[in-house]
Amino acid sequence: MSAAKFSNPVVRWIDHRLPVFTMLDHTANEYPTPKNLNYMWNFGSLAGLSLVIMIVTGIVLAMSYTAHVDYAFESVERIMRDVNHGWLIRYIHMNTASFFFIVVYLHIFRGLYYGSYKAPRELLWILGVVIFLLMMATAFMGYVLPWGQMSFWGATVITNLFSAIPLVGESIVTFLWGGFSVDNPTLNRFFSLHYLMPFLIAGVVILHIVALHRFGSNNPIGIDTKGKQDTISFHPYYTIKDIVGVAMFLLLLSVAVFFFPNAMGHPDNYIPANPMQTPAHIVPEWYFLPFYAILRAVPDKLGGVLLMFGAIAILFILPWLDRSPVRSARFRPVFRIFFWLLFIDAIALGYLGGKPAEGIYVTLSRIATAWYFLHFLVILPMLSVFESTKPLPKSISEPVLATTVAAE
Amino acid sequence: MAKLTSNSKSMSVDTKQQPGRRDFIVVATYAMGAVGAAAAAWPLIDQMNPAADTLALASTEVDVSKISEGQAITVTWRGKPVFIRHRTPDEIARANAIDGSELPDPQEDEARVQRPELLVVVGVCTHLGCVPLGQKTGDVKGEYDGWFCPCHGSHYDTSGRIRKGPAPTNLEVPPYSFLSDNVIRIG
Repeated sequence: MSAAKFSNPVVRWIDHRLPVFTMLDHTANEYPTPKNLNYMWNFGSLAGLSLVIMIVTGIVLAMSYTAHVDYAFESVERIMRDVNHGWLIRYIHMNTASFFFIVVYLHIFRGLYYGSYKAPRELLWILGVVIFLLMMATAFMGYVLPWGQMSFWGATVITNLFSAIPLVGESIVTFLWGGFSVDNPTLNRFFSLHYLMPFLIAGVVILHIVALHRFGSNNPIGIDTKGKQDTISFHPYYTIKDIVGVAMFLLLLSVAVFFFPNAMGHPDNYIPANPMQTPAHIVPEWYFLPFYAILRAVPDKLGGVLLMFGAIAILFILPWLDRSPVRSARFRPVFRIFFWLLFIDAIALGYLGGKPAEGIYVTLSRIATAWYFLHFLVILPMLSVFESTKPLPKSISEPVLATTVAAE
Repeated sequence: MAKLTSNSKSMSVDTKQQPGRRDFIVVATYAMGAVGAAAAAWPLIDQMNPAADTLALASTEVDVSKISEGQAITVTWRGKPVFIRHRTPDEIARANAIDGSELPDPQEDEARVQRPELLVVVGVCTHLGCVPLGQKTGDVKGEYDGWFCPCHGSHYDTSGRIRKGPAPTNLEVPPYSFLSDNVIRIG
């Protein structure tokens, strides 16, 4: 903890009294990182970047937005037409929201594939699921703010989910609305909470990173680092690798913002909200579609709501459902097959969630929903017992140095 | 400081010997703190419930004499659409043709109307709150000729009762009364 390592005397003076530079040095230079991380490990930093972009553009948008049912839609149109660079800032905010979810979904599937949720990283994983939930709430409330038709009816349908709760459901919905329907009080509180929640996310992100730094990153082989020969310092090796990812991310984001800004949105949201008329086909934003498909797959209202929330809640207990001591799917041939089936299942649910709830789509949604829960509740616990895994290398260095893999 | 430390040490020894009185004070303090925190939090939570002006807008008066037979109108009550349909004899007959106790949400048609020709229901699907179609001529009215919710496919009959689809209950009948022969007050 000595401040002597800094050559700049001002830094040394400050660090002696407020050790921020020591903390930074510890997280960047001294933090040992497995030397075999692949590009799937880029999505954590990209998620952090997304959060920063969302907060910065969001704060700026709030300077021109009016949270009132009579003015909200027009204030957003004013941002698009009259406010200097307003169109750019809003399109960045809109599209980064989608990119944030893409990045986080890849981050989650990375964790699923390489067993990053296993001991001793259970709390790290759980904090990640908490962030995911907060993100969903934030995104949902943000989508309501432009007060278009999809905003209004999305808010109506999602808040009505709580009416499925026995006895107190109706009171809870009235409480959420601040009235007897989605109206001005609802819009006001959604704006307040939409502004608050990103900062809560930032707080949980700090905890997420603290938990990460306790044992360091998992790695593609999924075995613990055994010493200095297995690690490299985060800076400059992974900062530079992260910057490559950032460049790709910003390139793709720019393509979306400048060429296809509304591709991931819904045209009906450019119609002002009308509480007297529901659009013929309402769908949530694409990143909610898999969960929406689960909701609609169940013919019972309460059952549908429970399964939908259960689909996320099940992630909290994942570290205890998959008891296999081997983390990485590289050494779990059967698990790997089921992982890809789950991946396809999630994509299928997303597709089905965007289709009308009738005919073959309902049947397929039910099969896909059943498979989702089967994977976590039956297949993973059974694989932990019956799967014969491949031998693990002795260390991270061993396969890198292409020495013979010892059979253990 | 030293004196204080030795004092608190001897106090903790006392506590061990007489657990009852000290424990009571500690538990009572925690309990008081919890009650205080809950009391302070309550206004912050309860402010989210409907405000006085929202509650004051809770009734709507409608002249129903202008609705001709077979026609339906939509009025606003508490920010929600209310469907008022002047039913034809055929629609009334169809609503009564089935035994109400056999339906998903058992209810007789008579229990849902004050005058058989005038059906008043809240136009909000009891599934997830969409506005069902069936008010306008040319709308899809569903398999039972009442209303059809486009969001998740609930079919309501000519009495606004759920017949098919995910909605758990019949369309709600709001409280209303006849102020005169022609005017009803909803709410």
